[in-house]
Amino acid sequence: MRSRKSVVVATLGFLALVLAIDFSVSTPPNPYLQPSIVALGSGQAASGALCTTAPSR
Amino acid sequence: MALTILLCAAVVATALLVGARYGALLLVGLGLGLTLEGLRFGFAGPWRAFILRREPAGIAAQLVAIALVALVAFPLLAARPDELIGAHAPIGIAMLGGAFVFGICMQLVIGCGSGTLVNAGSGNAIALVALPFFVIGSFAGAYHLDWWIDLGTAPTLTLQTFFGPLGGLVATLIGLAVVAAIALSWASPENRGIPTRLWIAAAVVAGLAILNLVISGQPWGVVYGLGLWAAKGAQFFGADLSGSLFWSAPGNVERLQQSILTDVTSLTNIGIILGAFAVASWRGGLSADRKRLPLNGWMVVALAGLLMGYSARLAFGCNVGAFFSGISTGSLHGWAWFAAAFVGSVLGVRLRPRLGLDESSR
Repeated sequence: MRSRKSVVVATLGFLALVLAIDFSVSTPPNPYLQPSIVALGSGQAASGALCTTAPSR
Repeated sequence: MALTILLCAAVVATALLVGARYGALLLVGLGLGLTLEGLRFGFAGPWRAFILRREPAGIAAQLVAIALVALVAFPLLAARPDELIGAHAPIGIAMLGGAFVFGICMQLVIGCGSGTLVNAGSGNAIALVALPFFVIGSFAGAYHLDWWIDLGTAPTLTLQTFFGPLGGLVATLIGLAVVAAIALSWASPENRGIPTRLWIAAAVVAGLAILNLVISGQPWGVVYGLGLWAAKGAQFFGADLSGSLFWSAPGNVERLQQSILTDVTSLTNIGIILGAFAVASWRGGLSADRKRLPLNGWMVVALAGLLMGYSARLAFGCNVGAFFSGISTGSLHGWAWFAAAFVGSVLGVRLRPRLGLDESSR
């Protein structure tokens, strides 16, 4: 881990680990059940999964 | 050339195998990563430059970008409230404290929410060490969020609540202009200009943030996705998250069940890392030595990363989700975040030398 290249490799490895764990615990994506490409004009509500999400009792 | 083909293939594969919207969001993230790293547009660094040297260009560029997003976001949110949501959150004791702590820590790491991703992707070892702790902290902060909210939290307030969509937009633009004027007036005369590079970056970042809103229905964010990554890890090791009010909420349960490749903030986060990596590769600087710190410096970085993630959840976002997207969609908590995090940053800048952190770190 002496150069920036090794840091980048480690970062990409971290990303790959995250994706691997995700694939192992998540339902596989179904491209036939996808939302419209653009939310605006779709008539569909946003997922609401964002940083301002607060738990509600 | 090979890297360009690989990145294009990643976008196309995501679009085909997961969905067109998700491929588009990965592309937006890539654009953000390319712009943030390629044009050196950031948040923590410019705040530091302003605090230490009274250089306002970076902060002014941030305010310009926020204003550009607001000009589009306010009318869209008013016209399509059933399809688009703003980054609206309440001001509270923990929210203010979280923003203050985040401000301190982002100066210790010299990387905010987006900055940590960009720096890790471009080969900065400090960001690489901070990132996994940031991820864990985001998860833990979300896990405990209801307890912190109960300490005292006001109702969610937006400028649209007080002045309507048009009045709220005008109030936002005036507020941004006042802050920019204060920043510019505080600078020495030779530092008052904004370089062309930052004008372009502000416009491109704003355009991509608007695309994020239009495509996903929600504003640009960073921290939610990071916390979700750690939640997936907890699931992997058999943790039961039903004890958390946050992670057991229906929307979050759905996120936990579905792939992160269908999560908006995860996709843009991945894109930012890859975009920054691409720029760093094209620049050819990856053979340079990585940053070096003494052992206590690395421990500070790890702790700061953990606190950044935790505090960003209490603050309802980082510099992106709360400051950038909060203000540009009318949330008063964005302004409160700005004030608290800036005070924290002043303290963080002063703390760096005392904590053994290299002054030359980016």
